[in-house]
Amino acid sequence: MSAPTLTSATDSFVGSFTAEAFARHLAALSSSPAWWLERRRAAYETFASLPLPRRTDESWRFSNVAALTLEGFQVEPAVPAGLFLASPFGPAHLAFVNNQLVAPPSLPREAIERGVVVTTLAEAALTHPDLLRGHFMAQPQKLGSAKYAALHSAFVSDGAFIYIPRGVELATPILVTHAAAGPDAAVFPHTLVIAEENAKATVVDFFVSADASTHFACGANDLYAGHGAQLTYIAAQNWSGTSRSFQFNSTVVRRDARVQSLNLHLGGRQARHESLSQLQAPGAFSEMLALTVADGTQEFDQRTLQIHQAPNTKSDLLYKNALRDQARTIFSGLIVVDPDAQKTDAYQSNRNLMLSEEAEASSLPGLEIQANDVRCTHGATSSRIDPEQEFYLLSRGIGKTAADEMLTFGFFEEVLNRLASDPLHDVLRGLIQTQFKK
Amino acid sequence: MSSLEIKNLHVAIGEKEIVKGFTLTINSGEVHAVMGPNGTGKSTLSKAIAGHPDYTITSGDVLIDGQSILEQEPDERARAGIFLAFQYPSEIPGVSIANFLRGALQARMAEGEELDASAYYKRLYQKMDLLKIDRKFTSRSVNDGFSGGEKKRCEILQMAMLEPKFALMDETDSGLDIDALRIVADGVNAMRGPTLGVLLITHYQRLLDYIVPDHVHVMYDGRIVKSGDKSLALELEAKGYDWVKKEFAEANAR
Repeated sequence: MSAPTLTSATDSFVGSFTAEAFARHLAALSSSPAWWLERRRAAYETFASLPLPRRTDESWRFSNVAALTLEGFQVEPAVPAGLFLASPFGPAHLAFVNNQLVAPPSLPREAIERGVVVTTLAEAALTHPDLLRGHFMAQPQKLGSAKYAALHSAFVSDGAFIYIPRGVELATPILVTHAAAGPDAAVFPHTLVIAEENAKATVVDFFVSADASTHFACGANDLYAGHGAQLTYIAAQNWSGTSRSFQFNSTVVRRDARVQSLNLHLGGRQARHESLSQLQAPGAFSEMLALTVADGTQEFDQRTLQIHQAPNTKSDLLYKNALRDQARTIFSGLIVVDPDAQKTDAYQSNRNLMLSEEAEASSLPGLEIQANDVRCTHGATSSRIDPEQEFYLLSRGIGKTAADEMLTFGFFEEVLNRLASDPLHDVLRGLIQTQFKK
Repeated sequence: MSSLEIKNLHVAIGEKEIVKGFTLTINSGEVHAVMGPNGTGKSTLSKAIAGHPDYTITSGDVLIDGQSILEQEPDERARAGIFLAFQYPSEIPGVSIANFLRGALQARMAEGEELDASAYYKRLYQKMDLLKIDRKFTSRSVNDGFSGGEKKRCEILQMAMLEPKFALMDETDSGLDIDALRIVADGVNAMRGPTLGVLLITHYQRLLDYIVPDHVHVMYDGRIVKSGDKSLALELEAKGYDWVKKEFAEANAR
């Protein structure tokens, strides 16, 4: 039950993810290429050697680190038979339950004919080894969760591999579902998206618990937008209310490319999301959006890093949290501008809507600017609901929960409106609504 | 037919008693004007009836058709038929008028019942036309950046859509120029009828030229001190509130 202390032996830092469990996991991956097995071994070493986060770690400030645990999870959970998972986004092209693909990948013929690849990581290791090797977990972990990222790298067994070749534009989104099922299931979802030169696509990740059990999710998504590519990435997280989740995003944006990502956070008891955007060449633009509805005693912990590595790059972050009950949110964001990244245009904003007196939002915005000709703006605000506003809604016959929902949508509108796709907009609205109808 | 009975109502803000024994019965079909100088408790009365949490009802009762509403939350009172037209309506950024009213109407429906969207919009546009509100307003946020006149028209629009049994109109004329006042009055007059009772709170008699009341009451120091028909409003206009204050002081002295 109690969290391991700092002085305990290394194995106390691994919880359920013991060396024996790792050996069993590796044994089941015999068809994996040698380089990947080697990477997994190295990752496991890193995972086991790193301490658990400490309260005093700057990158875990305000987090309830005492509640973090690696104990009591099923490392290789069985896949329940006959489980059918409907995604609100539509039939998934790739659907994983407990790390395993549950139906053959499906993709429109048109996309296949144009060379689009939508497959599993395991399959890509055989068919596209160089791409996988070059992009899979290839970026630095700078936001505090190196231990958990290593855990992910060590235990990931499969995931989504999406490749959009040069010049190909997809009109409809590619949909991926990652589900956890059964008591204490540990899942390691992964989605890797490579959009080549001038490609254009939308990818949706849907993270969901198939039942109300406690789950442990430790996932990552790697996004790569090549020269002039336009990538939209939506991730909707709706793990069960007692689950713990860690999700690591890495976005690499090349010359004149544009990535828009929107993360919707709804589920979990404690959910941490780390997002890194690297603007690597002139004209690169990363738009980082997030919406969170936190209620009960949920804790959502979001850490972001926008790194401008080249001149004339742009990033625009807008994270909005709506907090109810005794929920907590943490936002810590940093903009880094490298010395030669002149004409950087960086924006970072965290806004919190406090729908309850007892909710708590912490914000830690930051800047590290080494160039002299830049435009960087950052800010954080937390605002309580004006009692007069609330009374106004009530006086029209709208109940307290419906009033909160209405005010939350009013607050979220600015972010949702940035999405070009109306159907996606509607699905996200529907998911947000479920949070008020529990 | 419905009745709204306000019985010997006492209302305090914090420790300070503002309404001191207010009694009035409003039946559907009737328009009652309550006039009085500033600070006499008119707004407090309307907000307390609507259930504003800052106002404490220390004694007395408010009943709709014999049922007390004082145990009800503000949203329940609204669904029971009370509508408060605010003197200073709140701005609700990001919530469009269309969604706001839709939510308010949905709240009045049984669980599982869905509002018919096309019928809703048809009715909304019809009421907006009547109140000379540009249809583009449906997608604008509620009261956000509205002029005083626009806000008041938006209040009347909500009243028209929600069809309350009793409307408490708090200084609806304040901040309106004569054209806006006429539009608002036309809207209220169009709603007058056997199913609506109105409590019209006003400082000035001007509004009563456009919405002609059935009864006029003068409120002073937290209660009604004089009642009459519409001629009382004219008398008040001619003599001023000092006349009431003086009479009230004399009555108290006896």
